[in-house]
Amino acid sequence: MPNLKPAANPVNHRVPVAEFTPEMKETHTILIPMMLPIHFELIEKVLQNEGYKTELLRTEGSQIAEEGLKSVHNDTCYPALLVIGQMMDALHSGKYDPHKIAFLITQTGGGCRASNYIYLLRKALVKSGYGYIPVVGINLSALRGGTGFRVTVPMLYDIAHCVVLGDMLMCLHNQCLPYELRKGDTQQVTDKWIGEVKKVLDGKHYQCAGKLKALYPAIVRDYGMIKRSKEKKIRVGIVGEIYVKYSPLGNNNLEKFLISEGAEPVVPGLMAFLLYCVYNGIEDQKLYGGSVKNAFGSEVLYRYLVGKQKQVIRAVQKEGSFAAPSPFSETLKLADGYISRGVKMGEGWLLTAEMVELIHEGVENIVCTQPFGCLPNHIVGKGMIRAIKEKNPNANIVAVDYDPGASEVNQQNRIKLMLDTAAAKMREKISESR
Amino acid sequence: MGYRIGIDIGSTTVKVVILGPGPDNPILFKHYERHFSQVRTKTAEVLRQAREIVGDSPVQTSISGSAGMGVAKAADLPFVQEVFATSETVKHWFPGTDAVVELGGEDAKIIFITGGLEERMNGTCAGGTGAFIDQMATLLAVTPQGLDELSLKYKKMYPIASRCGVFAKSDIQPLLNQGANKSDIAMSIFQAVVNQTITGLAQGRRIEGKVAFLGGPLHFFKGLQQRFQQTLGLDDDHALFPELGLFSVAMGAAVCSENTGKPMEFQALLEKIENSAGEVSGKFLPPLFADEREYAAFQQRHAQASVPKQSIQDYIGGAYLGIDCGSTTTKLVLIGEDGQILFEYYSSNQGNPVDIVREQLLKIRTLCERDRETAPPIEIKACVTTGYGEDLMRAAFNADMGIVETMAHYRAARFFNPKVDFILDIGGQDIKCFKVRNNSIDSIMLNEACSSGCGSFIETFARSMGYTAENFAKVGLFAKRPSDLGSRCTVFMNSSVKQAQKDGAGVDDISAGLSISVVKNAIYKVIRAHSASELGENIVVQGGTFYNDAVLRSFEQELGRDVVRPAIAGLMGAYGAALYGRDMNRECSSLLSIEELETFSHQAKPSVCGLCANHCNLTVNFFSDGSRFISGNRCERPLGRGRQQKLPNLYEFKLERIKKLAEKQNSNTPMGKIGIPLGLNMYENLPFWHAFLSELGFEVVTSAISSLELYSKGRTSIPSDTACYPAKLMHGHIMDLLEKGIETIFYPCMSYNFDEGKGDNHYNCPVVAYYPELLHANMTELKNIRFLFPYVGIHRKKDFEKKICKYLQEQFPKARFRMPVIQKASDAAYAAYTAWGKEIRREGEKSIALCREKGTKMIVLSGRPYHVDPEINHGIDKLIAQLGLAVLSEDSVAHLIAPQRVDVLNQWTYHTRLYNAAAFVAGQPDMELVQLVSFGCGIDAITTDEVMAILEEQGRLYTQLKIDEINNLGAVRIRIRSLLGAAEERSIQAKNQFQKVQRIQAPRALKEEVPCRT
Repeated sequence: MPNLKPAANPVNHRVPVAEFTPEMKETHTILIPMMLPIHFELIEKVLQNEGYKTELLRTEGSQIAEEGLKSVHNDTCYPALLVIGQMMDALHSGKYDPHKIAFLITQTGGGCRASNYIYLLRKALVKSGYGYIPVVGINLSALRGGTGFRVTVPMLYDIAHCVVLGDMLMCLHNQCLPYELRKGDTQQVTDKWIGEVKKVLDGKHYQCAGKLKALYPAIVRDYGMIKRSKEKKIRVGIVGEIYVKYSPLGNNNLEKFLISEGAEPVVPGLMAFLLYCVYNGIEDQKLYGGSVKNAFGSEVLYRYLVGKQKQVIRAVQKEGSFAAPSPFSETLKLADGYISRGVKMGEGWLLTAEMVELIHEGVENIVCTQPFGCLPNHIVGKGMIRAIKEKNPNANIVAVDYDPGASEVNQQNRIKLMLDTAAAKMREKISESR
Repeated sequence: MGYRIGIDIGSTTVKVVILGPGPDNPILFKHYERHFSQVRTKTAEVLRQAREIVGDSPVQTSISGSAGMGVAKAADLPFVQEVFATSETVKHWFPGTDAVVELGGEDAKIIFITGGLEERMNGTCAGGTGAFIDQMATLLAVTPQGLDELSLKYKKMYPIASRCGVFAKSDIQPLLNQGANKSDIAMSIFQAVVNQTITGLAQGRRIEGKVAFLGGPLHFFKGLQQRFQQTLGLDDDHALFPELGLFSVAMGAAVCSENTGKPMEFQALLEKIENSAGEVSGKFLPPLFADEREYAAFQQRHAQASVPKQSIQDYIGGAYLGIDCGSTTTKLVLIGEDGQILFEYYSSNQGNPVDIVREQLLKIRTLCERDRETAPPIEIKACVTTGYGEDLMRAAFNADMGIVETMAHYRAARFFNPKVDFILDIGGQDIKCFKVRNNSIDSIMLNEACSSGCGSFIETFARSMGYTAENFAKVGLFAKRPSDLGSRCTVFMNSSVKQAQKDGAGVDDISAGLSISVVKNAIYKVIRAHSASELGENIVVQGGTFYNDAVLRSFEQELGRDVVRPAIAGLMGAYGAALYGRDMNRECSSLLSIEELETFSHQAKPSVCGLCANHCNLTVNFFSDGSRFISGNRCERPLGRGRQQKLPNLYEFKLERIKKLAEKQNSNTPMGKIGIPLGLNMYENLPFWHAFLSELGFEVVTSAISSLELYSKGRTSIPSDTACYPAKLMHGHIMDLLEKGIETIFYPCMSYNFDEGKGDNHYNCPVVAYYPELLHANMTELKNIRFLFPYVGIHRKKDFEKKICKYLQEQFPKARFRMPVIQKASDAAYAAYTAWGKEIRREGEKSIALCREKGTKMIVLSGRPYHVDPEINHGIDKLIAQLGLAVLSEDSVAHLIAPQRVDVLNQWTYHTRLYNAAAFVAGQPDMELVQLVSFGCGIDAITTDEVMAILEEQGRLYTQLKIDEINNLGAVRIRIRSLLGAAEERSIQAKNQFQKVQRIQAPRALKEEVPCRT
């Protein structure tokens, strides 16, 4: 028998990890890739309050995807390609001293490959000679500290409020923009309130909640004041993989395109995704057993966040002129009959539930966005469309793949088919009602 | 209602229809023409012809079609989506139709009318349409009409991948090279289009009732019509091929203009369209050359890289012949003792390389004989073949040796520039590149099946625009604004071109843009380089595609450095083969003589091997001397040489074990039959569930081992065409179980896999974890039976028992399952699973010991448990065994090394084994690793890079094989042989370091010498 003893474990990592040290807080600017313009601007403020120097990357253009293609495996999902591409693009822009910056990336975790973004970014940096640039990840394990970048409990508290408010502003913004009579009115109101919220966030920890809640009626009223046309437009829901769903860079300005085609985009909020992540902790324990303590923690957090979401919903309902988002406790139930809530990778069962939710809210036209070859979306997106159409014959869903090579004209053509069908249905309805 | 005009501008053609006033919509004018990218001018031209019909009456107009969107926007005219327009047409002209199938230049559409209106278009990764048929026709060197005529004479069908053009191409090419009948291939191509339409678009909904077939391809190609009609089982009353099918979109657009178009003067309409021209938007790139002078300097520089030539009449001495039979071209080079070229030949295969080579050999033999009074005849001392058709050519003409093409190319490049450290070869079908270090090939990269943005693509494209490849390239040299067309596979490029056309790009911009794309595709997709310095200092480029100055220039621009293009860039394979022959030191070649060549004839007959379950499609070539050559086989059996000595093959071992288990009968089965689909993770978990369910009194029945036939059974219910093949096969497995009369199917969802304690977590990938959900939602058949897909976590035994007990109690209340019974079954299941793994590991160790004893080289074929499925691996394990190598699996060696720390999140159980196996192989000089990657596996985008890093860190070679529905074993063979060749060269150099390792015998496929005839 030949010698089959295990070989020694290689000692060194091929990709050294550059730490974000406490000193760097003073010297380094943390660059944040963009996903949701309103939300991220608010969250940035929370980081700044903690003394971090930050900058949101608002860059766009085809060179970002090019940078991504050069830096990571080309079959990696499009969001990773864009997020990393945006960072590499910033690095190569000459705008920053590479020794004075760090990158921030969110890490969702779970069985989807998205949990590997941070590793891919590190690899890309090492490959192009920037291995010394620290990368900080926002995930729950970062709570345990150890590096100079820590997401503390008070910060999370503030961030949760940013998400709730971001959702509220986004929801109202989208309901005004397609109808505004004077161009720019909606954006002006949104900008105003982003500013106001940021001011509130400046205060001490744990104090923003009450003050923010006090703003809700004024916010809804302000949007209500915008002069809007009474024209009936086709409402189109956008669901999908989180990055291409939200990021204009990822979905070729889908919202803008829909508006230019005379439709109103309806985009479910980010809080639902957070709640979905928290809820999965509870469901996991139910399905597979395990620590009751952790599940209890999830339960507490879940209830708290659901409460926050409800406050916004109530404020919107009270004013009366806008459609309020559905509470998560309702969204949750909508998965029943379609998909198990055990599907927890990527956007999981939430994506299916959101499509059903939109249809129940009367938004029967939906664009389901995903990066080309997105694994979870094979199941929860494209895989569920048939079942949804069976139970909701009026559903008009188009699945669109996004990819650096996918041509916009192809994507637009498919969306236009959905829109034409929607328009025909609307004409039918109008003539029927006459 | 007045005059209504519908304009349909597709990817390749423009169609105009004018409807006259009146409720019955009289068609007053219809016209169809190719637009060759001159979208606006052609449209205006066609409209002008219709001028007299309309006169001065006001008209209403709508534009439709994929290229029409841009025109409509620029001209401020209403746009109607084409599928929507078709629906309108059907409503008005073909009432009573139940479904519509419409194929266009690059789109495919299905409209279901009866039973709920549903309109569908192909996704972004599906090119099996008109443009695809054009490309295939080019490949067969016939016109599209010729292809259709050929198809009607077919006798036999070959399976051709139906996913997209590129895949189909890699199926067709080997068939062509093997000399398969063109008629059969032509019809198989049409069948592929039909399959593509049904799989990709119908998605489980049956196309039945009265079906209208519309659009150009379905109008022109009788063969395609036949295939659709037969596949869908429609009689003549139910399959409608209306004369007006070609104009259906334009007609619909005309009808739609009633709602959308404001009446205007005909002249105003014409002006609107004409004046919209010339506007250029979108992305473009810097020009290739600033002016003629820059180009002249460029040409001069490259002219320096030439090879000495000598007239064959003046030459005295021995000569050496190299034959490179590539996928689309055939090259012959005859050289003298000093490497000077005496004769050269380069031509497109035109589908029949054997005849071409015979003709050229006759010419060469005659030239060598020459007039004996003036000079002695030239003795051909050696003849070496290489390329895709290497084996066929060697057998046909009795050449002395065949070498793998990568080695031939390296040989040629080294002769050219001894310092060469990087070679890039872009041929007709494939891109090959290799880095050279210490005079040996360091790493070889070949394009995956999905990114063959190669020479034949440009050629086909040029033709579709009405140019020859040469002229098309020339046009691009001085383009002012090359279009940015992206860097992905050809299907994506096609649609990017569409986009560029929409943005008003001219032919010159598209030509230059395509060249740049081909280059970017090679650099970023195939080589995955980060900077020019990474490639090397002395770069040699070759292959026919680099004759194209636009491509060469793009490459230099992209790298920012000059490269060497030998004047014989297209002949390098043949030249290298000839050089190889020169160094063989033979006295005479066994090549056929003039007499033999004159009487030589060749006939190819297709057949199917029935010796095992693989059912290889064989092509038997008969030669006039009575000998024959068989190709298409995976193993030695059909060659009738008898079985060779059996080498360890863990894939075979695992498959046999699974088969045995699947057949295992249980005597005590009060619970009745329960079906398990044999795919994905069941390849590893079957022992677990089999034991568990048997213990509970079920009779476990599994579906059959996968086959193409089984796949076909279920493919109509696949909702996401880009999922991996192993997943898509599951639909077939379910159908198979249903056909067996199974009424209860058990297929659990599993977020988590077993925790082997070697990674950061122990997930399954999303597809493995939740595919049962997808099956449940998409296979209506499952609604009639009991489909059990509980969420189980086998990583926690106690919890598993509790949860599954409760679940089974609910599902089978009569059985009254109690915890002790469940626990007993669970114990048996865990024991069976553990024993299973142990056995594989023991077999791995045993095999290694055996191979070391005999000095046999081992390949660790690393994939997932389900890659053992013969329909998924296409018999790659057998092919490797045929090359004289032992085949191990990742799970049979991963335990031989301590768990690895890796630079990615190590959270999937199966993938953790990959990393460990790679780290183990890296330390074993007599092993090589080959990674199997299923197309569409997103997770492997992460694992492949990491496995490569692990191997390369220790100076080892990495080889990846991407597999899908296609079984392009020719390419696999080349890769494995290249790997062996490179590994051998390395091991010779590193001999001193590995003294203990016995000198590995060169596998027979690498060097196959034929004894000299005379």
